[in-house]
Amino acid sequence: MNKVYPDARSALDGLLFDGMLIASGGFGLCGIPELLIAAIREAGTKDLTVASNNAGVDGFGLGVLLETRQVRKMMSSYVGENAEFMRQYLSGELELEFNPQGTLAERMRAGGAGIPGFYTKTGVGTVVAEGKEHKDFDGQTYILERGIVADLSIVKAWKADPTGNLVFRKTARNFNVPAATCGKVCVVEVEEIVPAGSLDPDTIHLPGIYVHRLIQGPHEKRIEQRTVRKREAAPAAATGSEV
Amino acid sequence: MPWDRHQMAARAARELKDGMYVNLGIGIPTLVANHIPEGVSVTLQSENGMLGMGPFPYEGEEDPDLINAGKQTITELPHSAYFDSAQSFAMIRGGKIAMAILGAMEVSEEGDLANWMIPGKLVKGMGGAMDLVAGVGRVVVVMDHANKAGESKVLHRCTLPLTGKAVVDRIITNLGVLDVVEGGLRIVECADGVTAEEIRKATEATLV
Repeated sequence: MNKVYPDARSALDGLLFDGMLIASGGFGLCGIPELLIAAIREAGTKDLTVASNNAGVDGFGLGVLLETRQVRKMMSSYVGENAEFMRQYLSGELELEFNPQGTLAERMRAGGAGIPGFYTKTGVGTVVAEGKEHKDFDGQTYILERGIVADLSIVKAWKADPTGNLVFRKTARNFNVPAATCGKVCVVEVEEIVPAGSLDPDTIHLPGIYVHRLIQGPHEKRIEQRTVRKREAAPAAATGSEV
Repeated sequence: MPWDRHQMAARAARELKDGMYVNLGIGIPTLVANHIPEGVSVTLQSENGMLGMGPFPYEGEEDPDLINAGKQTITELPHSAYFDSAQSFAMIRGGKIAMAILGAMEVSEEGDLANWMIPGKLVKGMGGAMDLVAGVGRVVVVMDHANKAGESKVLHRCTLPLTGKAVVDRIITNLGVLDVVEGGLRIVECADGVTAEEIRKATEATLV
């Protein structure tokens, strides 16, 4: 079975419908499926619910689907850095379901693993817990969170072989793995499709069983916060001057 | 003299013990990494999927695939490891991270923490903060004792939506260090030149 498609538009052919639930990988602008997002914009699919940690920025990432008003609801943990998002949310045009970041990741993981719900301490005693089942285990209170099964997963990886075995690069792995597993269909974009046999089976981050369609293409990979340090100074950890 | 933000970060850094895995929040907590005591080696976790967070890159060496939870470009260290977000929060929720040092808008005498939302104002989201306070071994808050209007941020009860209930262990402010104990907060240290009486006056919460 061929999983490799010539471009994002053909890879999404027959998969998009109004009102669907899409799970997207990425953290901020790092590791986002930018080619597939652009193709969804072109397709004009409406009333989308998108489960994604963030909502991109104005004009890039999922921000482009907000601009075109294709998104009805976001399921996210953090939506700063996006003025259009704020405008639509505050005016009531866009629905927002805040999920703690780890809860969102686990909801995707659980959905993909056939687990309909799980108990977590995260959010107990906060607005997140409102309306959810509470249960005590060993003297501690937990809330029930549901697994997410998406109609479609859109994912960005670094390399793939033609069977969809994936390798990610550095912190661009983030939500791509749990998002990939929770979709009824998973479409992946990579920087390079390498010949079968050229990826070491011991280094595969996500096996191709989760991947249904695959494209390769150039990625802009925009940097959200460019922070650097001066050459003479060498502090011991992640600090320095912002530019 | 109350501590400035660097002195607060330096005081918070003294909470670190050799060998700890630690998560540092955004703001003053990030500065803690500059003050790690001599002879203490800690591994910093970035909840977007990395252990062993290194310093900012040299100019021209920024990598869009390598960022921290504040979306800033960073670097890796010889012992760094990468993983996905589900794995990242499994180690947080599972109690493998020894300590989180976080900023706060309000803390209560019962250790309730509010640091993610001001109703009616810009709502950005909780990110990983709720997971961190629910899962890590010890939660240390670093913040100014009062807000810009001069009102105490150390309260009987938080007025803002909570990040977590009874989750804070220690509060480090510009005035000193307070522990959450049975019945309220206990002053454990005063900033240089600050008296316990001054901390008492600046604190709404019950002190025991």
